Amino acid sequence: MRFIPKPIETLWTLFTAPVVWAAHFLFCYGIAAVYCAKQDQIGISFAAVRIGIAGATVVALVLIAASAWLAWRQWGFGAHDPPHDDPTRHDRLLFQGFATLLLSGLCFVAVIMVALPAWFVTECVR
Amino acid sequence: MAVAARPPPGIQPAGLACLTLAGCSGNQSALDAAGQEAASIAQLFWVMTTGGAIVWLLVVALLLYAARSRSHSEAAASRLILWGGAVLPSAVVVGLLAYALWLMPALRPFGAAAASGLRIEVTGSQYWWRVVYRSPDGVTVTSANEIRLPVGQRVELSLASNDVIHSFWIPSLGGKMDMIPGRTNRLSLQATKPGTYRGPCAEYCGTSHALMALQAVALPPEAFDRWLAAQAKPSPAVAASGAELFRRHGCGACHAIAGTEAKGVLGPDLSHFGSRLTLAAGILPNTTDNIERFIADPDRIKPGVKMPAFGMLPREDIRVLASWLRRLE
Ligand code: HEC
Ligand SMILES: [Cu+2]
Repeated sequence: MRFIPKPIETLWTLFTAPVVWAAHFLFCYGIAAVYCAKQDQIGISFAAVRIGIAGATVVALVLIAASAWLAWRQWGFGAHDPPHDDPTRHDRLLFQGFATLLLSGLCFVAVIMVALPAWFVTECVR
Repeated sequence: MAVAARPPPGIQPAGLACLTLAGCSGNQSALDAAGQEAASIAQLFWVMTTGGAIVWLLVVALLLYAARSRSHSEAAASRLILWGGAVLPSAVVVGLLAYALWLMPALRPFGAAAASGLRIEVTGSQYWWRVVYRSPDGVTVTSANEIRLPVGQRVELSLASNDVIHSFWIPSLGGKMDMIPGRTNRLSLQATKPGTYRGPCAEYCGTSHALMALQAVALPPEAFDRWLAAQAKPSPAVAASGAELFRRHGCGACHAIAGTEAKGVLGPDLSHFGSRLTLAAGILPNTTDNIERFIADPDRIKPGVKMPAFGMLPREDIRVLASWLRRLE
């Protein structure tokens, strides 16, 4: 039994980080909107909502970092140089790894940006 | 011989710069702040502009450098791309975003803490603004096309619309907020300097959109309190000769005047019309002549206006009406 999954050859791993980003986005905006619309009926404080967003952000960042690490491994930890455009199986694998790595980087920054408002905004707008 | 008239080089850009910079001050400029929110926005603008300028200079410097130097190892180039092309821009953008977000709580009425003071409801209609003051001690005053606020006190604005989307923006005092039918948006403002500022409608709303503006008058708090107390009562001039003409010609179907039976709500409240600085939502000075012209043919002054022309009334009636309205202080 191994903890770290074996490399697999599929296009789907490319979407891990964007999907995490989307889910995180939906969670943050959804919970803030629902909470602020129904704060009288909900017995928790806005601080708790912000902590929830912080938690979701940590989870999202860890998932994205994991996807980035797997992609980095697929890319051979940088042992080969781009552009990886030969019509070979090997190059296809490397290209995919590299693309996934870059996309994960973008999503990492994006998740931080999505979460930032909750750091500074401490109350619902009236 | 004929070449003497040529201006020295640089004079045209300099002239252009002067023209541009002349727009930065005045009673409708976000860079000439007279309110707390406007000051933070101006500060944000300068931080962003400076940040952008520094990034631009760096990129141009790098470009010049790249055009000159030849020898670079590929590893060094990759490192430069990673740090200079990905890490640095991300850090700068996140930093600027954080700064903007840090300013945000002061620009919007967050939380219940700010709910204590004066509230002003402004409702946009094609092409004018209804203004209702609700003071904490229960006084309600209806007016139009002009808002007055006490300097140094936080005022909360509730913004709504009767027909289409308008947008409320007094650049000298604060940020812009849309007025959306079926919704109430909130904005909070705190004037810091007494003065008169202009707020144009900032969302295209029809033919006379460009002729829809309001005046914002920031007064010292005592003067404001005195003004509001006076506005809460009918104007002393209300019983004079014009009142009867106003009733007879049906103006009261659309306009309300406190102290008379005119209770209409389709047009601006005219109870204290004489104390307004401008006529027809900030487009003409409030003089008897202009009022006469407006009553006789409002569409001429404001195409598409929702007030019918009264040019068929006897000239004398229009004159009396105008001078009576002008005296409703
Ligand atoms: C059908 C409704 C209607 C009637 C009747 C009407 N008005 Fe108006 N009036 C309006 C509307 C709407 C405006 C706002 C116009 C604008 O600025 O877009 C207005 C604006 C005005 C203004 C300018 C108000 C301001 O704050 O600048 C004056 C003065 C005025 N009307 C006088 C009269 C007089 C006098 C009569 C009667 C002879 C009259 N009105 C009849 C609808 C009406
Ligand atoms: Cu408008």
